[in-house]
Amino acid sequence: MATVTDVTDATFETEVLKADKPTLVDFWASWCGPCRMLSPIIEQLATEYGDKINFTKIDADANPQVTSSQSVLGLPTVKVFSGGQVVKQFTGARSKGAVKKMLDEIVG
Amino acid sequence: MNDQIRDVIIVGSGPAGYTAGIYAARAGMRPLVLEGSIDAGGALMNTTEVENFPGFPDGIMGPQLMTNMRTQAEKFGAELITDDATELELSGPVKVVRDTAGNPYRATSVILAMGSGYRHLGLPEESSYSGKGVSWCATCDGFFFRGKDIAVVGGGDSAVEEATFLTRFANSVTLIHRRDQLRASAIMTKRAHSDPKIKFAWNKQVVGLGGDPTLSQLTLKDTRTGSVETLPVSGLFEAIGHIPRSELIKGQVDLDAAGYVLVDGDSTRTNLPGVFACGDLVDHVYRQAITAAGTGCRAALDAEHYIVSLDD
Repeated sequence: MATVTDVTDATFETEVLKADKPTLVDFWASWCGPCRMLSPIIEQLATEYGDKINFTKIDADANPQVTSSQSVLGLPTVKVFSGGQVVKQFTGARSKGAVKKMLDEIVG
Repeated sequence: MNDQIRDVIIVGSGPAGYTAGIYAARAGMRPLVLEGSIDAGGALMNTTEVENFPGFPDGIMGPQLMTNMRTQAEKFGAELITDDATELELSGPVKVVRDTAGNPYRATSVILAMGSGYRHLGLPEESSYSGKGVSWCATCDGFFFRGKDIAVVGGGDSAVEEATFLTRFANSVTLIHRRDQLRASAIMTKRAHSDPKIKFAWNKQVVGLGGDPTLSQLTLKDTRTGSVETLPVSGLFEAIGHIPRSELIKGQVDLDAAGYVLVDGDSTRTNLPGVFACGDLVDHVYRQAITAAGTGCRAALDAEHYIVSLDD
């Protein structure tokens, strides 16, 4: 069963930018209420789409370099990278249906 | 499975929806709660410490209070779905609620608890700056503006509360208000005026957002003279009030001019039999966690009474 793996400032480049599959990154923080609502949705989707998309999350509080280089100014932010580029992104919690629709556009 | 007709479906969460869920579940009605997801848990998810909810003398974090209510509803048998309702058919004896995938759920009664959402300025470029400098949640996003110059638009208690909270991080906070004095309570106003980091832009309206890739300036228009100026900021927090989430039920359920659901006297009954409304969707006066919880309780009791009356 696919899970959501933690990435950090140190591992972001290898695990996300140089990943061989589209990779979703969930930017979150412990003090962000809406993040707590989105995380379980991302976890559910990881089990459904895990074979086609890598699912990762990054603690924005503990990893300022990536958060800053990716111009994240709001939480939760979700970005999907493919070939080192952002192909999809949104900020703020979303319904499972809305995130699913975005992923379907990526996996075609 | 979806042909099943339940006693009650609760649309929305927050203190109203979860309290309705707790009462309906304890009454053996096995409620289905469509929690919504954009703001599941409701407005309290964006707060920090709640100090005035009875029973918590040391305060409790807003999201924790919501998690507790949710767990309590689930414990008594409420079925919780983290999805939005997208369509409601409320007029017949059997109500149908659809989720984002179009799946129908049927019930004899429906409790509406969708709450209210943040009012937006309504600028065409506004949504593209969401997450890029424009925010509706100081506790979520204030952290990103450490040492920066930012602005808050609004003049009520929540605007002042956000501005005061944001001074923890920001270099300066400009409070932009379209009038020449705050609507906020005396104590909040005093707090804002005595804070050296808070500046005021009176009689100003935000009419434009600029910057690439993130927000770097606002265009402000003077509400008296019409003159236009720019204000360099890297963040804008909007606290300009709320709008009830009644869009989905417009045309079916009677609403007031501002879009709040009208209920019959002291009850939670709407104009439609078997349809009840509670929380911030109805209440634009008190808007407290405890008052929302109170009306959620009343809605569950009203729904229970309605279902019993059908068997008579």
